[in-house]
Amino acid sequence: MGDCHGCAAATLLPPPPINTARHIVAIIGPPNSGKSTLFNRLTGLRQKVANFPGVTVEHRMGRAKLEPGREVFLVDLPGVYSLNPRTEDERVTHDVLAGTMKDLPRPDAVLLILDSTNLSRHLVLAAPVLSLGLPTLVILNMADDLMRRGGDIDTTELAMQLSAPVALVSAAKGEGIEKVLQFLSGTTLGAKAKAPLMQLPVIQDIPKCRAWAANAGNKAKYHAPAPPLWTRRLDRIFLHPVLGPIVFVLVVIAVFRSIFSWADPLMNGIDHVREFSGLWIGSLIHNDALRSLIVDGIWKGVGSVIKFLPQILFLFLFIGILEDSGYLARAALIADRTMARFGLQGKSFIPLLSAYACAVPAIMATRTIENKRDRIATILIAPFMTCSARLPVYILVIAAFIPHSPWYQVIALIGLYVIGFVAAILTARLLKSTVLKSGRSSFILEMPPYRWPTVRSLALRLVDRSKVFLRRAGTVILAVAIVVWLLLYLPFSHGKPPEIEHSYAGTVGHVIEPAIRPLGFNWKIGIGLLTSLAAREVIVGTLGTIYGMEGTDEHSSSLQQAVHHDLTPGGAAALLVFFAFAMQCMSTIAVVRRETGGWKWPAAQFAYMTVFAYVAAFAANRIVSLWF
Amino acid sequence: MTRKAWHWILRVNMQLSFKKKPQQRKGPGAKNLTELRRGESAVLARIDLPQDDAQRLMEMGFLPGHAITPGQAAPGGDPRVFRVDGSEVALRRETALRLILR
Repeated sequence: MGDCHGCAAATLLPPPPINTARHIVAIIGPPNSGKSTLFNRLTGLRQKVANFPGVTVEHRMGRAKLEPGREVFLVDLPGVYSLNPRTEDERVTHDVLAGTMKDLPRPDAVLLILDSTNLSRHLVLAAPVLSLGLPTLVILNMADDLMRRGGDIDTTELAMQLSAPVALVSAAKGEGIEKVLQFLSGTTLGAKAKAPLMQLPVIQDIPKCRAWAANAGNKAKYHAPAPPLWTRRLDRIFLHPVLGPIVFVLVVIAVFRSIFSWADPLMNGIDHVREFSGLWIGSLIHNDALRSLIVDGIWKGVGSVIKFLPQILFLFLFIGILEDSGYLARAALIADRTMARFGLQGKSFIPLLSAYACAVPAIMATRTIENKRDRIATILIAPFMTCSARLPVYILVIAAFIPHSPWYQVIALIGLYVIGFVAAILTARLLKSTVLKSGRSSFILEMPPYRWPTVRSLALRLVDRSKVFLRRAGTVILAVAIVVWLLLYLPFSHGKPPEIEHSYAGTVGHVIEPAIRPLGFNWKIGIGLLTSLAAREVIVGTLGTIYGMEGTDEHSSSLQQAVHHDLTPGGAAALLVFFAFAMQCMSTIAVVRRETGGWKWPAAQFAYMTVFAYVAAFAANRIVSLWF
Repeated sequence: MTRKAWHWILRVNMQLSFKKKPQQRKGPGAKNLTELRRGESAVLARIDLPQDDAQRLMEMGFLPGHAITPGQAAPGGDPRVFRVDGSEVALRRETALRLILR
């Protein structure tokens, strides 16, 4: 650190009281250097990883088990280029290092992870981090890439230059991880760090730091790898003015086509299992009420949602491939001009894309947007993007009304994704030209090299997603199914469950029916709409329960047929449109409240989206009813 | 697809990207990044942007004295990817205009 005068300055602070119970090690590094991959490797936790900058926006804790009886807590931090916080995610990193994060003592040691294929630039971060005075292991990641592209580094010499241990690893392949474990093991030994504690922010003179980094790199005989040839070749196609957009459209069509056709056999399989197991369980139970609860209420309600797991997994598989390969950053680039026209920037594009999976992580991902007003605008429009919870509803209704033409099904599905996107950008336009006016902000995005998605990372995503989906089916959807069943089963008249029309649910349904009649919905759909306020896919479970109680036939596509029977084509279109626009998701409302710090924005958003959905559904019903 | 056809497509791409009129020169010393052709490289002299934006650009590698090479762009030529200091960073045209070359 000797030759780094003026490039990292820090002020001494008295050491704060230290919690000696836990050893905490922070993982710091520039965006997309592989922090989360290493974190997952060390802890076995499934932190989301993708090949574009800014995936981690919160700090995450995990436990790394060393030899028996010893462990350290690892904190995965959002990527930073410097210790000078400008965005919300960078502030998280800053606060954790400064020890001002709530419920988290200052870390005892640091793993500084840098991309070895771009070391001279990434070493710039080493100066301020090392000057914090915490025990630090400098990890040069992506060693396999470095070697393959003919780069080289003398780690011993670099360690001398930095006066800190250096490890060359490949976090994705697990090569060189022993050294990291050794270092972690060392941090648990002996007393806590007695090094001077410094105050943040560390003021940096970047040109000076860069010169220092180059010097350190040179002394360590750093030989930069050849430029990533394949990345350039692929970019000539993916960013080609004509081929690029064509490739993009083909990719989208292929994804949706496969969601329909590949997942179909799996879906039918799940359906058969549910049906036969339902009959079998039914034959074991002799109490009428109990049998009705378990077979018609729970089995049909929860089962009709679980059926859609294959589709959702296919969607996540494709999103995973696009993210991990690095294609998504290119998509953001292509979309920037369009986004700018509607007052948003390319950086909003990445949260909006991840909103196709789920709005909750998307809203968290807006933390990478520096401009406050741009950030709020992006949060407000994110729920318009078609999240995976809408997929079961869409597929159910589309399959019921367009049964035998796969291409029309795909077109209808893509159409629903498109209207969600259009509603989002029109709303953005509206917001940016009224309440959230701000000057155009800059768009600076690093393009990561293309990488092969690893099977491990894709598999982890799918396992993770299945868990989330099934947990929801086992909690929210199960609870709603039981409540709906009760409301359908009561009140008893003459010691018997009522006709479905006269049950409590039927009564509630008939009360709200006048409000939804203009959309072409009957009271059963109305009950579904009410329960879907918890989460969108709940409507499928609720309808499964309602029709399960009502119907007697045990045909596999009974829910589809029942929906087809109960809705006019106009009503079906209205239902799809309503789900495309309405904000039926408790988790989203909660996360918007947290991220915007109050009820003002989520309340306005909920009202706006509900009115929007109602009006659009009404129009859809009228227009489609004219034709069919 | 034959090799020839492939090259033809890529050449069309080059031509399309250069359709835009070159920026008006602001005197001999003030050539900016948008005036650089794709594949050509030049050395950055200074960044004419507010402190915060300039700082961010410098962290990404846009430091005075470093060579910059324009690469591919989004359809329409904006934003464009620039190769600088071992990485590739996309910038909008309005930002690239403020990066003055030596």
